[in-house]
Amino acid sequence: MRGDVETDAALRLRSGPDAAVLLHVAGVTVRFGGVQALAGVSFEVARGQICGLIGPNGSGKTTLFNCISGIYRYGAGRITFDGQDLAAVPRARLAALGIGRTFQNVALFRSMTVRENILVGAHHLGRSGFIANALALPSVAREADAAAARLENFLERLDLASVADVVVARLPFGTQKRVELARALIGGPKLLLLDEPAGGLNHDEVAALADLLRDIRERFALTILLVEHHMNLVMRVSDKVVALEFGTKIADGTPDEVRREPRVIRAYLGDGADASAA
Amino acid sequence: MSAARRPILPVILALGLAVALAFLVSDYRLFQLTMVLAYAIAILGLDMLIGYTGQISLGHGAFYAVGAYTAAILMANFDVPYWATLPIAALICAGFGFAFGFPALRLGGLYLALATFALAIAVPQLLKYKAFEAWTGGVQGIVISKPDPPFGLKLSQDQWLYLFTLMVTVVLFLLARNLLRGRIGLAMRAVRDHALAAEAMGVDIALLKTRTFALSAMYTGIAGALGAIAVQFVAPDSFSVLVSITLFVGLVVGGITSLAGAVFGAIFIVFLPNIAENISKAAPGAIYGVILIAFLYLLPMGFAGLRRRVARPGATAQPPAQALTPSPGTPSPGKSAAEIRIKSG
Repeated sequence: MRGDVETDAALRLRSGPDAAVLLHVAGVTVRFGGVQALAGVSFEVARGQICGLIGPNGSGKTTLFNCISGIYRYGAGRITFDGQDLAAVPRARLAALGIGRTFQNVALFRSMTVRENILVGAHHLGRSGFIANALALPSVAREADAAAARLENFLERLDLASVADVVVARLPFGTQKRVELARALIGGPKLLLLDEPAGGLNHDEVAALADLLRDIRERFALTILLVEHHMNLVMRVSDKVVALEFGTKIADGTPDEVRREPRVIRAYLGDGADASAA
Repeated sequence: MSAARRPILPVILALGLAVALAFLVSDYRLFQLTMVLAYAIAILGLDMLIGYTGQISLGHGAFYAVGAYTAAILMANFDVPYWATLPIAALICAGFGFAFGFPALRLGGLYLALATFALAIAVPQLLKYKAFEAWTGGVQGIVISKPDPPFGLKLSQDQWLYLFTLMVTVVLFLLARNLLRGRIGLAMRAVRDHALAAEAMGVDIALLKTRTFALSAMYTGIAGALGAIAVQFVAPDSFSVLVSITLFVGLVVGGITSLAGAVFGAIFIVFLPNIAENISKAAPGAIYGVILIAFLYLLPMGFAGLRRRVARPGATAQPPAQALTPSPGTPSPGKSAAEIRIKSG
């Protein structure tokens, strides 16, 4: 089964549309009443990239994240994913399009086991409906077997096999985050949206997370967009960093370029500070 | 999944006992047991909606009434055989459920509970409405006759109806078990626990909730039809709001998200009024209330919770009791205020 997943990923890398850009954000503008939350933000994320979206509180990074994940509608601008305009796509269709996500502070199905939580992530891969399921048609069993095989692979990969039948509410926070990641990955996304993945993790866990993100990017040929406060993680793991302040983009480049950008240093640490110290 | 690994033996023993009872107890007891089965089906339908999907209905008595009247009207006015009324009642109630659920489920939470409650209040009066009197019999209701056993079987009418109802119950429970342990059941529970996350996994929340509501109404409608055939009589006053509340009591006492719980809950609501009346002829309602409270105190997760505790001592399985109160992280399925502002801005 592991082989299958890797073949999927390799195929996707070769056969995707020629365009190197997977996610294209162009002039996105959002107003909350009189407050301009985003003022014409544009950037691109290339296939296979890990892109970090940073900015101080209130800079609009979470708003932007919510626009991409379909929670907010934007007044002006355009977000295209794999060549498709996202404005007209209902939220429930995003997973099937190839956009997976995790949530700030973790949003698991609390009363369900690890196994069940991750299986829900494979929901959009199934086709069987109420009647087929109630009658237990053979197609349902085939679908369930396929999902179960994928599940075993992800349980193992994310080191969750030993807690597979534990109800998630009773797991430590760091483990819950891995469950959430597995739930997002089992659906086979092209783009993974991570909302503050380092939030609530200790120093060692953040280091492990950085390794894990790089590892899954390679293994599943993923593109990752992460919104993150944790500068250290973003700088370590990202190929590209976009910095926002007051709803506008103030920097866009490699971690080193963004780290040296005077406006980023000012926004984060005030005048005369060195962002690399963060 | 965990349901698949459960031992099948207790189920077979219970079924064997259920069949044996047809030949061991009086006709009146069999009538009561037939009602237990009908209510078990209704409670299972309610459980799919409330327990699994987390949508509260206080109005399922309305669907029970529609199912009962469908059976009675078809049998009394159109000479439809009793067994053929069940699929028709199922279709009609599923249709009603879909039509009502589609707008009502957008309300969500307590507002959905109120909307369904309003339905339960309206239905008995609609059944008395003059324009429908030719069919519904108005305030008088409809009397129907109990079916005879087929194929010249040497059974009493009550024995046959009990066994027939048992067959229907087994089939409906089997279908529900298949559905609830598969990807649809998983999606239902996901919607209950965290709707936004379920949507991000590709679950079409509005569609899932509406279909579940229709299915739930369908089960309750079949139960109503079986109940009407057993009672041999339908009248508007038999379907007051109390039916809805009684089903809800059965669900909670039995324990949510449990097939066996639905049966326990049905036993409770059929036999408790008798027990209460035996204790005090003067105030059976008060006795009923006291026993009910005692049960909720002793078995906070219902009979099903007790079974889980006995089966896995120590492993205090996280009960899905919070189903009734959405977790704080769960935004309402409706549009958020922020979203609306953005659109207008």
